[in-house]
Amino acid sequence: MIHIKNLHKKFGDLHVLKGINEEIQQGEVVVVIGPSGSGKSTFLRCLNLLEEPTEGEILFNGVSITDKHNNINRQREKMGMVFQQFNLFPHKTVLQNITLAPIQVKQMKAAEAEEVAYGLLKRIGLLDKAKAYPKQLSGGQQQRIAIARALAMSPKVMLFDEPTSSLDPEMVGEVLDVMRELAAEGMTMVVVTHEMGFARQVGSRVLFMDEGLIVEENTPQAIFNEPQHPRTKDFLGKILRSFE
Amino acid sequence: MNYSMDFSFITKYADLYLTGTRNTIMLALLAVLIGVVIGLGLALMRRSRFKLVKFVAAAYIEFVRGTPLLVQLFIIFYGLPVITGMRFPDFVAGVIALSLNSAAYVAEIIRAGLQSVDRGQMEAARSLGMTHQTAMRYIIIPQAFKNILPALGNEFIVVIKESAIVSVIGIYEIMRSANIVRGITYRPFEPLIVAALIYFVLTFTLSNLLGIAERRMRASDSH
Repeated sequence: MIHIKNLHKKFGDLHVLKGINEEIQQGEVVVVIGPSGSGKSTFLRCLNLLEEPTEGEILFNGVSITDKHNNINRQREKMGMVFQQFNLFPHKTVLQNITLAPIQVKQMKAAEAEEVAYGLLKRIGLLDKAKAYPKQLSGGQQQRIAIARALAMSPKVMLFDEPTSSLDPEMVGEVLDVMRELAAEGMTMVVVTHEMGFARQVGSRVLFMDEGLIVEENTPQAIFNEPQHPRTKDFLGKILRSFE
Repeated sequence: MNYSMDFSFITKYADLYLTGTRNTIMLALLAVLIGVVIGLGLALMRRSRFKLVKFVAAAYIEFVRGTPLLVQLFIIFYGLPVITGMRFPDFVAGVIALSLNSAAYVAEIIRAGLQSVDRGQMEAARSLGMTHQTAMRYIIIPQAFKNILPALGNEFIVVIKESAIVSVIGIYEIMRSANIVRGITYRPFEPLIVAALIYFVLTFTLSNLLGIAERRMRASDSH
């Protein structure tokens, strides 16, 4: 579904991604882990061109999205994204947050878009918040709305950029639950996260990134139980120890 | 000091002041309105991808902000007829000078307003497939507006005060009416006090109105 070839990204002199080759299949839940500064967020943001790759090619369903003549908006419709800071639109109600893109981008009728929105709100258990503004909601609620907003475009793949990192601990669960359900329904997902429990239980594949490269990738069982690369061992050793 | 204040001229020349006040408000209003249009253009130019466009806007803004309004006014007043070969009514020249000046400040106000919107807002909008234009229209500009509006009100107040300077090219506004009354009555001092009071009433009223509007906006913000 997503084919990444020799992806490089530089910010000035800073070489953040140093040649990534990866293929993401339909229905996979790919979890990207690694120390901060390893380039995992940049990698994710390259997938829908929020960051423009310096070099390399990305194919989405066979279309080169890095091609100069490609209109990226077409593919972004099909790639939902969830941000660490939620990024809900503060001047719009929850309902408007969810319906805006379907109406403006997909030219959906308002009534139809609202029906979709109410369906999604029901699914995430926030039907009563339709008329509320983002500021009135907790972080966990906001992030669930942000997921619903992305889902309203009926994406083929969902990109999650540390979706629980700025949440209070007691709210992490409710967001992970929504993501877990989504995975169970067969959504293709790429998730950058520090939630090792989620990676282990929900991930179909784990990528370990360090210093701009995918150092190791495997099933969650294999990576967590028998990491091969010394840097993976080191990283997991530190992380998992802090959980004990 | 044996100068005794005498404001008895007021009743007789109230009309002069009234016309002057009306013209001052007109001048400032037109200057800010045109200034907003040009200023918006300059602000967008500064965000342009093209270096030359960016440079032209930045150079204009820096130049206008770095030179006295009086000099700009004279350049427009004496220069415009020379360049265009047309004769402009004084009032028009005054409006042009004030709006070209105000545009530079408005451009900075709008730029700061747009910049104050969190970067994540544009990213979220674009990630949903919106074009840059759609995102600006529905997401960025409405949010920037809340920061821009109070600053624009302040700019209006500033222009009301600065517009006094166009009296030197003979435009009949508050300052000019005060000078006329000084000439007729041979009272050098009191007519200026009246002018100052009129300016103060105008700006004080406006800034209070602005305060109310701002408080309302903040109230609707925190639903």
